[in-house]
Amino acid sequence: MGKRVGMEVGIAAAEAVALCNIDVAAVYPITPQSHIAEHLADIVHDGRINAEFITVESEHSSISACAGASAAGARVYTATSSQGLMLMHEILPIVSAMRLPVVMGNANRAISGPLNIWNDHTDIMPQRDCGWICMFAENGQEVIDMTIQSFKIAEHPDVMLPIVLNIDGFQLTHMIEPMEFPSQAQVNRFLPPRKPFVALHPDNPISMGCFNMPDIFTESMKAKETALRNSKKIIVKIWNEWGKLFGRHYRPVETYKAKGAKTLILTMGSMGETASVAVDEMRKKGASVGLVKMRLWRPLPIEELRAAIKGAKTLIVMDRAISFGGAGGPVATDIKSYLFQDKSRPRIVNYIMGLGGRDVTVDDFIAMTKKAAKKKEDTFEFYGVRE
Amino acid sequence: MTLVQNFEIFAPKLIDRKEYFSPGHRACQGCGEVLALRIILKALGDDVVISNATGCMEIISTAYPQTAWEVPYIHVAFENAAAVGSGVEAALKALRRKGRIPDRYVKSVAIAGDGGTADIGLQALSGAMERGHDLMFVCLDNEAYMNTGIQRSSETPFMAATTTSPAGKEIKGQRTGKKNVPEIMVAHGVPYVATACPSYPIDLVNKVKKAKAVKGPSYLHVFSMCPTGWRCASEITIKLGKLVVETGVFPLYEVENGKYRLTMEMPKKLRPVEDYLKHQGRFRHLSADDIKLVQKKVDYEIKKLMDKVGGLKGWDEK
Repeated sequence: MGKRVGMEVGIAAAEAVALCNIDVAAVYPITPQSHIAEHLADIVHDGRINAEFITVESEHSSISACAGASAAGARVYTATSSQGLMLMHEILPIVSAMRLPVVMGNANRAISGPLNIWNDHTDIMPQRDCGWICMFAENGQEVIDMTIQSFKIAEHPDVMLPIVLNIDGFQLTHMIEPMEFPSQAQVNRFLPPRKPFVALHPDNPISMGCFNMPDIFTESMKAKETALRNSKKIIVKIWNEWGKLFGRHYRPVETYKAKGAKTLILTMGSMGETASVAVDEMRKKGASVGLVKMRLWRPLPIEELRAAIKGAKTLIVMDRAISFGGAGGPVATDIKSYLFQDKSRPRIVNYIMGLGGRDVTVDDFIAMTKKAAKKKEDTFEFYGVRE
Repeated sequence: MTLVQNFEIFAPKLIDRKEYFSPGHRACQGCGEVLALRIILKALGDDVVISNATGCMEIISTAYPQTAWEVPYIHVAFENAAAVGSGVEAALKALRRKGRIPDRYVKSVAIAGDGGTADIGLQALSGAMERGHDLMFVCLDNEAYMNTGIQRSSETPFMAATTTSPAGKEIKGQRTGKKNVPEIMVAHGVPYVATACPSYPIDLVNKVKKAKAVKGPSYLHVFSMCPTGWRCASEITIKLGKLVVETGVFPLYEVENGKYRLTMEMPKKLRPVEDYLKHQGRFRHLSADDIKLVQKKVDYEIKKLMDKVGGLKGWDEK
């Protein structure tokens, strides 16, 4: 096991990508970016890895270049954020439909308007239905581990799907944390060079991206849905393999003091750490509170979630995005629709908070939990609006 | 025209007999674009990867589960052929260096229509050329968005009628002229830029081979006759391609390292543009005065080009 180092998480993400021996990276610094791309450029320009680094002229082209490179058989990485991810949107469902294993680090930040650039999840939520595997990291160590795992998952012959790893902008990307890196030899053993099922090469000329008439399009969509759902099995398998190798275990839904708790807080991403401190504080005062953290957002791990919330009376879902004019935050909306038929299910209190870099403190989690205790039915509301 | 060039024009035996674009595709009768594509692929040979933009050539060739492409082919979207081609090129380069694919040269070629090149695809094209990828970009210019129903593009010629630049009582068709993408490519410092037309197949083949040989970016702008969109008879495709050159409306030239050269020598006196315009429904509404206006524009553009041909030195000449 390597020694612990103090490092900015964005830099650590780039170092993790370098350990994976990528072949091609394409990045664009749309407002805003993280240090992932900059540090990856350092690594390539210093000759530490044997890769092509394409400084594209837009995020639209960065994901397009990644698609081309992945189709030609390369191991491919890109990093993006906010407006950049929005500009990629058109190409995202094409990449997943073509079953191209692109790995993307997304420094989660608010989308315009108004222009903001700080942390929330409004950038990734509009990409929810694009058919990508979508995960959230909670801290720097998870960013390193999950980045390496992502290549193995994406390139697995039974998966062959793109992955977006969400890394909360600033709150995580710009933090300096103590972390451990696996050695190059360990990563090489865990993640050998990509062996594509098919690739663009004259030795085996194939056509990729053929259009579908109405008689086959539905079947293509069903195939994508099946592939994404089935990916969970492989994801869990690879996470278990990682756990055995490195002693750090990953599950689709993580829990903290959740067993038997009457009230559960549900978070995704870096907020989980703050929420766990809040749980400790409330537990000290005798409250029956626990924490559920969704690591996997797509495919949505509903079985694991059902098991994690069993017996709880109140589930407080923290959404860092909203579907305007709809049923609330996207995470709560999804969970509600899944649990709708369940005979006994917790009351779901949905808070929209932590938008555009608004800090959510331990006290805020305690205040929200207290407020939620008074709710008689499912609700959703903004928390912390200054009126 | 010189004897030697005449010989080249009438020497189709020099073209590869192997087909890289299968018959049985869905192109319209008399399509000049698919003819250009067929010749281009013959000139490119086996060792290529094609990145194609959404458009006529994509839609007529790849109705799943069928494909007309005998060479490796990828289509992602409309505006990103150059970006996809950049990614393919980077991957081929890296994988070859790392010994993961056979150690031989494979050319990345991006192909798009005029919309996918001059309008929605211009940014990706500019980026790819500026970055200096070993990428050959081919624009198959049929002068409007034919696949979507003949809407005007920035390559639609002056006064041509399309469904979004109709010949109205007040406004007679397209109000602007063609965006000069070859010139934009020259300004990018692209080492090889050329215009071509499938009515001159040997010239087209030669240019494709030159463009392919460049270890860096190259750009080919291919005039692609479209009987469907231009409202003309399908059997006059080749004739139209000849007339467009002989009238000077679309001169054939190449620019190597900044040096301009005409590949089809201009006759001393060009044919009047009317000879080209009169066959096409899209110019049917033009009055005698309108034709004079078109003639004036063509004369002006030809003069500009001739000045460059006569007055410029290549970047590599001191």
